[in-house]
Amino acid sequence: MYKYDQYDQSIVDARVAEFRDQVERRLAGEITEDQFKPLRLQNGLYLQLHAYMLRVAIPYGTLNSEQMKMLAHIARKYDRDYGHFTTRQNIQYNWIQLDQTPDLLADLASVEMHAIQTSGNCIRNISSDQYAGAAADEVTDPRPWAELLRQWSTFHPEFAHLPRKFKFAVIASEEDRAAMRLHDIGIQLVRNDAGELGARFFVGGGMGRTPMIGPMVRDFVAADDLVSYAEACLRVYNRYGRRDNKYKARIKILVHELGKDEYTRQVEEEFKHIKTLNLDPPKAELERITTFFQDPDYDKSASDDLDLSDPDFAIWVDQNVKTHKQSGYAIANISLKPIGGIPGDATSAQIDVMADLAKEYSFDELRVTHAQNIVLPHVKKSDLYTLWQKLDEAGLATPNLDLISDMIACPGLDYCSLANARSIPVAQKIAQRFSDVGKQKELGELKLKISGCINACGHHHAGHIGILGVDRKGVENYQLSLGGSGAEDVSLAKITGPGFDEDGIVDAVEKATNVYLKEREGDERFVDTYRRVGMAPFKEALYD
Amino acid sequence: MTDIFSLRDDSPVSEAPVSIEEFLGNSNATAVRIEVGEDARQLLPNLDRIAMVEISFPAFTDGRGYSAARVLREAGYDGELRAQGDVLLDQIRYMHRCGFDSFAPEKPLKADQVDAVLKRFDAVYQGTVDGQNPVWNLRHGN
Ligand code: SF4
Repeated sequence: MYKYDQYDQSIVDARVAEFRDQVERRLAGEITEDQFKPLRLQNGLYLQLHAYMLRVAIPYGTLNSEQMKMLAHIARKYDRDYGHFTTRQNIQYNWIQLDQTPDLLADLASVEMHAIQTSGNCIRNISSDQYAGAAADEVTDPRPWAELLRQWSTFHPEFAHLPRKFKFAVIASEEDRAAMRLHDIGIQLVRNDAGELGARFFVGGGMGRTPMIGPMVRDFVAADDLVSYAEACLRVYNRYGRRDNKYKARIKILVHELGKDEYTRQVEEEFKHIKTLNLDPPKAELERITTFFQDPDYDKSASDDLDLSDPDFAIWVDQNVKTHKQSGYAIANISLKPIGGIPGDATSAQIDVMADLAKEYSFDELRVTHAQNIVLPHVKKSDLYTLWQKLDEAGLATPNLDLISDMIACPGLDYCSLANARSIPVAQKIAQRFSDVGKQKELGELKLKISGCINACGHHHAGHIGILGVDRKGVENYQLSLGGSGAEDVSLAKITGPGFDEDGIVDAVEKATNVYLKEREGDERFVDTYRRVGMAPFKEALYD
Repeated sequence: MTDIFSLRDDSPVSEAPVSIEEFLGNSNATAVRIEVGEDARQLLPNLDRIAMVEISFPAFTDGRGYSAARVLREAGYDGELRAQGDVLLDQIRYMHRCGFDSFAPEKPLKADQVDAVLKRFDAVYQGTVDGQNPVWNLRHGN
């Protein structure tokens, strides 16, 4: 885990003081709501339907138990005793009082956390692979690179008023667990022929109303050039990205309109110039950061044996536990998708439990995933059974990772002022329809994602099954789409046809899964069958 | 004319700036105004005959002027660089870090508040054109 030094701490503390001053000026009427808006927005504070919503950054989704406990404390002290983990690996609170936010931020700063740039048209929290440092298939731990980019992008003066928000993801495996190519900049760390680490840059991916898969603009950026290259990518965007239409302002539109080759040419030219300015950090800085991400002190003689005689435990292990790079250890996923619950929500008591379990069983580390679950990355296999029992007691042992009820759903009309339709009740109804674990396991890996409007915070374009809430003459209506993926087999889902009402969409999902069960060959997943047989049989079942 | 708030030692240029087009034509002007969306690099061949560049901010949310300012400073321009328009207290620090050293805000700024804003952070994460040494150099004694 990264630890702040005096510089990191002084920057975060100064920001708390600055925000306190800005809130005071707002409350005193010295600045208007219009002038205050971009200030609070760059600090993660949104005015929502009912109250202020505050989003707290969890850089690359990694935190320790002390930080996790602080998140529980904030839920208790400033909110209604729960928090909502988001698809950006962050947490947000829905019921915050403006005058209390400076104190809340001071509490966060005391455990090296902040809400800096969690909203607004700036570079947002950097996301990464939730299994970083534990995955067997990574070429390196991507988090030091993500931390370097976090520092570089924090209060970057040139890129604080971009045409639109800007999201980075950094991964280091062939398997993409972070939807890397659906980010404004996706970085995959690779080794070149000389064995050196470098960054493969994909620019211009994104969801929203015009989803796009980011094309590769450079197959290898050396560590020493990382910051300069990122500066070049951003400067071309800041100067030439569209500002006339908010829906065409993301970098994906610029890359698309210029064409990948022309955008790349401009970036390379800018990079050549920026490289002369000596802006990259010294080599020793990435090395310094890397020392914070060393392997924990594994028991190298730990046994791989696992007693699976308890059938409920066996189901949980089969579904939620993943291979660790160290023998004798495993990656344990905690699902925040209990049947009938709100995807991604956790109470302060549950957050405390997860913090305590991380401390006891996972070298004090937790991760937040973009699928809105929590990971204990380094659990000794011999501890798994006790861990599972404790999770079960806290209602945290739902064995549904990557199954249909492990869905992503945005807050939708229950909270969000931009929504056209509710997402949460639809998610709950679908989960109830498929509540039987056996039925879910029969369907296998099936990523279902729901957004309450075209902004696509619920990643519906990347769902094997995607659902989009729209407003049809004042009535909530749901469009169904099939065949998307945010993983290494990245693709965008296609709409099946006319939309459905709330109950109709639940039936439609079930019909689509029935088509899959009938058509599938061998061990095909839902999305594989869809890709092979195409839309026709699904359409037939849905609309006849 | 609005009050000019300057961080420079010399006094603000009083000549009214001309457009880039006019400047690049047959003009003796030494002050130029860059409208939002215009390419600051057009001025690079003639930086030695410019005493003041004014960059417009029609809305503080439009950040193109920050890149324009850096482009000029990175090319060695050391004359007055003025931000004009929707220039607000809370953007001054970023503007200063991108090379602006004078401000013509539509609504006047208070000197003591500007001073406080500029002093608020004493560490920065990234190098720009303001000469501040980023923490990743300080950490390694550079
Ligand atoms: S997708 Fe729309 S409704 Fe859902 S959170 Fe995003 S903006 Fe709100």
